[in-house]
Amino acid sequence: MQEFTAVGKRIPKLDAADKAAGRIQYIQDIKLPGMLYGKILYSKYPHARIVNVDTSKAKKLSGVRAVLTGEDIPVIKLGVYKDNTPLKTGKVRSYRDEVAAVAATDPEIAQEALSLIEVTYKALPAVFDPEKAMKEDAPLVHERHKTNILKMPWKLHYGDVEAAKKKAAHVVEDRFSTTWVTHCCMGTSGAVAEFDHTNNLTIYTNTQIPSLAQKDFLDTLKAMGLQDRRVRVVKPCLGGGFGSKLDTYAYENIAILLAYNTRKPVKIVFDRREEFIATSTRQPTITYISQGCDKKGNLLFRDISMILDNGAYTSWGATTPSVMMMPITTLYRVPNVRYEAKCVYTNNTYSQAMRGYGNPQATFAIESTMDMLAEAAGIDPVKFRRINANKPGDVSPQNFRITTCGLDECIDEVKKKLETQGPKEEGIGMGIASLIHVGGGARVYKSDGCGTILKMDDFAKVNVFTGASDMGQGADTVIAQIVAEELGLHMEDINVIHTDTDVCPWDVGAHASRTTFVAGNSALGAARKIKSRILEMAARQLETSAGELILRDRKILSKTHPDKQMDIGKLLRTVHFSHGGQMLMAEHFYDPANENLGRDFRGNLSMTYTFGTHGVRVKVDEETGKVKILKYVAAHDVGKAINPMLLEGQVYGGVMMGIGYALTEQVILEKGENMNPNFRDYKILTAKDVPIIEAPVRETADKEGPFGAKGIGEPGCVPTAPAIANAIYDAVGVRIKDLPITPERVLAAIREKKGLDHCGVELGKGGAEECIIEE
Amino acid sequence: MSQEIAFTLNGNETKVAIQDHWTLLHLLREELGLLGTKEGCGSGECGACTVIVNGDAVNSCLYLAAEVNGKKVLTIEGLATADGTLHPIQQSFVDNGAIQCGFCSPGMIMSAKALLDENPNAKLEDIKHALAGNLCRCTGYVQIFNAVKLASGYRYDAVKVVAWQSKDDS
Ligand code: FES
Ligand code: FES
Repeated sequence: MQEFTAVGKRIPKLDAADKAAGRIQYIQDIKLPGMLYGKILYSKYPHARIVNVDTSKAKKLSGVRAVLTGEDIPVIKLGVYKDNTPLKTGKVRSYRDEVAAVAATDPEIAQEALSLIEVTYKALPAVFDPEKAMKEDAPLVHERHKTNILKMPWKLHYGDVEAAKKKAAHVVEDRFSTTWVTHCCMGTSGAVAEFDHTNNLTIYTNTQIPSLAQKDFLDTLKAMGLQDRRVRVVKPCLGGGFGSKLDTYAYENIAILLAYNTRKPVKIVFDRREEFIATSTRQPTITYISQGCDKKGNLLFRDISMILDNGAYTSWGATTPSVMMMPITTLYRVPNVRYEAKCVYTNNTYSQAMRGYGNPQATFAIESTMDMLAEAAGIDPVKFRRINANKPGDVSPQNFRITTCGLDECIDEVKKKLETQGPKEEGIGMGIASLIHVGGGARVYKSDGCGTILKMDDFAKVNVFTGASDMGQGADTVIAQIVAEELGLHMEDINVIHTDTDVCPWDVGAHASRTTFVAGNSALGAARKIKSRILEMAARQLETSAGELILRDRKILSKTHPDKQMDIGKLLRTVHFSHGGQMLMAEHFYDPANENLGRDFRGNLSMTYTFGTHGVRVKVDEETGKVKILKYVAAHDVGKAINPMLLEGQVYGGVMMGIGYALTEQVILEKGENMNPNFRDYKILTAKDVPIIEAPVRETADKEGPFGAKGIGEPGCVPTAPAIANAIYDAVGVRIKDLPITPERVLAAIREKKGLDHCGVELGKGGAEECIIEE
Repeated sequence: MSQEIAFTLNGNETKVAIQDHWTLLHLLREELGLLGTKEGCGSGECGACTVIVNGDAVNSCLYLAAEVNGKKVLTIEGLATADGTLHPIQQSFVDNGAIQCGFCSPGMIMSAKALLDENPNAKLEDIKHALAGNLCRCTGYVQIFNAVKLASGYRYDAVKVVAWQSKDDS
């Protein structure tokens, strides 16, 4: 066993002390000289013609520096589908559509100015249900698109599902649905845009994709007629990410337009209500699924068709079906797979990437039906999963090459930790569900790369400039650990800079749980280059061969002659301050050898895959439908825990987000209007809701990962909902197929099972229309 | 309407002219430049703005600035000692992974401080109760509980989750 000094240690996050002291700058805290405050006016209708926008009164308000409408700005196209604009012209397609924007010397004045803008709308028929939106006569959200169904190619068929259906001994079939949930970053969205005198842009913005954002903003400048200008993206400390910052948004463009218009820095920061209303959600899905197995319980096929509510515009989120393909084709061994997904425009809020990127929705349907199928086949659900578990060396129908895979052990570990002695208690049940996720990057873009620049000073201190984005998950710390380990330095010697596109190299973004793997490998590559030069230089000084030497505890040591040693700092100074002096710098760009999905969606998307199994014991109150979690176990094959403490934090946080997804969270849209834009009515879990959570990790040491590590950012929230749904079924015999699993839904299902009406009265005995179901 | 108020802010006598409608959060952040206290919702639902007034944890986004006249206010900036040494609760948050994005941390730490000042032997249930008004989206709270427990007088054994070895790799 290799002995590590930094890797594998429970090292506090690098910026934790500053955060604990209240010294870190978030977007909310940035104030530039002469800065103006921008505010946005949103639509009053879910779908309407904009007949007229009268800004004259707002413009006259003292302190107002600019008022913009869609008519005042150049054509700037946003989003993957280029179907969105910063300020709308012609019509609005959802309540969150931006109609006008103001910049003023003070936020209150800007707010007052918004109230002085008079907009005349002509309401249009709208559509909110994606299944209705697919019909021929549905109102069109984008007339030019001619249909509400996005022209996206999400369709695959491997093997022969129809033939497998005929052969199957057991088949289950059902419909599942998930709803809107939202990221709820504690720090709200915001940006500060500023132009210099020659129209180069600096934008401070909450982003997980500094390099891609830079490109988007360059496009914005181009559309504004500003050719060949520079864009610098500065990332303040992020108050959470979870996928919400994987796109660029209208508000960032509005800040840019207002700043250009006023020649002043302009800051836009969302309040909480705006954060709920005007940022994107996870995709709601309707899933029709069937799965079948043979007599022995071997899965024979999986057949899924899915409808996703895209909302009014298209973000990266519309590509989540490409990620859903991963669990659909590769969670457990399944030889015949068919999948089709339709993303559908509606007049709802548009959805986006969120932790798990489609995987939680797909896994909810898959793992719920896995239990149903196990029951149909008369096989214990845990055993059923063991029969079908992926193994190292497998190549899945989608050509995913499974290298390391600890799924068997995860299943066993969860079972061991959850099992209780004695007879089954009434109302108590156990459920499990597994997951697969990309653990070695994901080639969803043309490059999956990340660059690193290392710079050493005369005292053996290192500056690491990385493309990676830290949003609290600990990318900074993990990278520092990797560099410290490789160079034999202490953690205090490493400074990680990840905030500024002017100095940091390119990276595709903090998505797909890829940062530890990709940015980690990139940092490791750069550190290795430095290391070999240190060893070479030291060998000359110590008159030995480089192969003789190791780096440890800030020193160069000889493996065989303990007397031969030298401080790394001293070596660096000697080499620097001598004739023909040198200083150590290195760069490394790591782009994993993973593959883009081909036309048939085959291709090894990731260098390695993360597996895990979650299990939960619940108690269901048959009188109220309330579900109480007694114990939660989330076991993951993580390759190697570079920092077990931060890793557990990812799992605990993911699990709690997943439990919220399963039980409490729901953006309530009524005809496109958000009815619960606050924390009182949108229920994320609080300290009081935390059950016992255990997060055991299995280390399979993946040979491609930095020190063996795989990604673990998203898995924690992937199989949570089906594990809980399965436990509820085990407890009280009702299967809830729609998220969130509210007490009302559970109670209604229990009553239906007992042959009672929704008020708990025997069917046909009536007279209970007035009953109230208490929450 | 404006008025002048005098109060103790992080141990310093402070006199300042305020508008009647200002919240304490506004006074701290916008007028006094103490940016450590965060605004997560502005309406008493998230706890990011928690500060301690005369020993009690309060949501400064709801607390009128005028109300602190004559009182003692402690914010996150006032916890570390003059030489920069973090308060044991802050240090425990750092050491135990209780801070990810950190946006909730100042408020969370102030709530924990108010709790432990009052009940140095706080048990897990007390901690959950005291922090129920402080939302955190990153950590799942588990490591926050550990941090508070380890900073308290309450003896507690941290559950250290370690990698398990399967039979084949011994
Ligand atoms: S900002 Fe005060 S409670 Fe949220
Ligand atoms: S650490 Fe991010 S909200 Fe608590």
